[in-house]
Amino acid sequence: MESYLVDITLILDSTVRLAVPLILACLAGLYSERAGIVDIGLEGKLLAGAFAAASMSAVTGSAWLGLLAGIGAALMFSGIHGLASINFKGNQTISGVALNFLAAGLTTFLGQSWFKRGGYTPQLSGDQRFNPITLPFAEQLREVPILGQIYFELISGHNIITYFAFIAVPVTAWVLFRTRFGLRLRAVGENPKAIDTAGISVTRLRYQALIITAVLVGIGGAYLSIAQSAGFNNNMSAGRGYIALAALIFAKWRPGPALLVCLMFGFLDAVQFRIQGQVFPIIGEVPVQAIQALPYILTVILLAGFIGRAVAPKASGIPYTKER
Amino acid sequence: MTPLPRWADVVLLPLLNVVLAFLVGGLIVLAVGQNPLQAVGIMLYGAFGYGSGFGYTLYYTTDFIFAGLAVSLAYHAGLFNIGPEGQAYVGGLGVILLGLALNGAHWAIVFPLMIICGGAFGALWAFVPGYLQAKRGSHVVITTILFNFIATSMMGFLISRVLKPVGVNSDESAPLEAITRVPQLRTFIELFKNSPVNLTFFLAIIALFFIYWLIWRTKFGYAVRALGQNPVAANYAGISNQKMIMIVMAMSGVLAAMVAVNNVGGVQGRLILNFVNGAGFVGIAVAFMGRGHPVGVGLSALLFGILYQGGQELAFQMPGITREMIVTIQALVILFTGAMGDMLRAPLARLLARSSSPTGAK
Repeated sequence: MESYLVDITLILDSTVRLAVPLILACLAGLYSERAGIVDIGLEGKLLAGAFAAASMSAVTGSAWLGLLAGIGAALMFSGIHGLASINFKGNQTISGVALNFLAAGLTTFLGQSWFKRGGYTPQLSGDQRFNPITLPFAEQLREVPILGQIYFELISGHNIITYFAFIAVPVTAWVLFRTRFGLRLRAVGENPKAIDTAGISVTRLRYQALIITAVLVGIGGAYLSIAQSAGFNNNMSAGRGYIALAALIFAKWRPGPALLVCLMFGFLDAVQFRIQGQVFPIIGEVPVQAIQALPYILTVILLAGFIGRAVAPKASGIPYTKER
Repeated sequence: MTPLPRWADVVLLPLLNVVLAFLVGGLIVLAVGQNPLQAVGIMLYGAFGYGSGFGYTLYYTTDFIFAGLAVSLAYHAGLFNIGPEGQAYVGGLGVILLGLALNGAHWAIVFPLMIICGGAFGALWAFVPGYLQAKRGSHVVITTILFNFIATSMMGFLISRVLKPVGVNSDESAPLEAITRVPQLRTFIELFKNSPVNLTFFLAIIALFFIYWLIWRTKFGYAVRALGQNPVAANYAGISNQKMIMIVMAMSGVLAAMVAVNNVGGVQGRLILNFVNGAGFVGIAVAFMGRGHPVGVGLSALLFGILYQGGQELAFQMPGITREMIVTIQALVILFTGAMGDMLRAPLARLLARSSSPTGAK
């Protein structure tokens, strides 16, 4: 019994760790898609953020500067996306796809040119990373059965970005549904003309959304390379940006459900490591690949309208043109 | 604003966009302290300078023509198929199953059947997103991305657990016998020694002509373009949009699957993990750069063939530049020809209007 509890806490603990980049990327996507800008480029921003954070941290020795660099890289990518999709009224999907390739190509290319380690950045340690924070009384409460253990293993002992990600969810919900900015943001994604008529700049609002998107996804990227791991390696985002996008659809563009879906996808990821090679009664061995594919399959089923309906913000993907 | 003259719209603007993409790429190379012109020289040598290099260029070009046509065809119908990567991967399953079933038979019999069987598998993998868009309203962009991932997992499972023969260590299927494989051109032409370019290359050339004929010379092609330009009008004209979406996606999948015929049937002669290796994604860049026209697609595919083969050479000669620079170029091409394709339109129109106004009427 005791061992099961340990097992479950450990799985849940890694669920949290694996869900953090998804949560950040998903919230990031939420802001831009709510403002009417489709962001296929989350994956690329995550990757660029991870690379910039690890590089800066390796060179300066400061995780915080690394974090800033990660955000900066994501901002640059968002800027290009904004230029293409807001100013030049180009196709947002194509721009996003281009940015994903740009990140994949540039991170490896620059990584090799700068560090000459086959695309890896130097190993980070100490202050170059965000290290686990032990919450107050965690050590003392450790001996308390169940609750103390949950507090010690699950709630305490994560790095600062993890806590930030979990706080960002209610904050996003508040901003989106309780502030004037949030109201305008949602309006510009549904009916930009109304916003324009009210004398508010659609362009400005959409750029603001893109900036928030970049900050969040940049932090998510930094989490990958300087919090969860100790350095950058090739393609380390490994499709998480797309999973976050899937989660966003699954959550129907709402922050609370987004958290739950990201945790669920994180859980699937965590379980996948645990069940490798294990034989279960009745079903036998579950192939790892089946669990890997599960988030995608579930999203397809959802999109097909077999479990509820996911309707995107109405103006999403359409550049806004003022009538002349 | 005066619209661009046709020649500027069709030739000059796309060309300027491509030049811009390469210029930015050159600046990036310059930024890391390498000489972009020297890099271009080495690449051209690698791609054309010797027989097997040229053969490799044509081999890559084959893949990119099919992937580019797959994206183009769908795009003419207003569908952005990001899934040729996965469609080609699943197409590989069809190719190898057919090949293994007829293992030992002469290639002249197997080759056409490979095209059909591989094509059918690729078609299926693209048809489902098409069906989901047509009948259930989910967007093909998202579903094809998701299907790429599902394909990776599914094929990984099938290759490592089902197709892998007992006693083999690496994750791959049983090999096809030499006589069953699509013959490589080096068996007829001395020049191509050691390079994998095979008969599928000619299939790609035929596909270019076929797609031109299909899109611009048939009733079906008219329906495709009508759907792409204005779905409401197409529907009003009596075209069944739903049916068209499904058919076009399936055909797009067939084209993508020909990448598998080239690689599984003609090069590796077995099914290996991730054999598509990004060719499907290159197709996106090729399609935008070529503006969906077979002439453009053919030329863009050749350009990317040069980049990929030349990039290989570059990795040997200039250790400071990795092959990933090619992926960067690919991204810039998609960005400048696809997403920002109209950036230069207005300034160009102004420029042309000004230069022609003194002589022009009114």
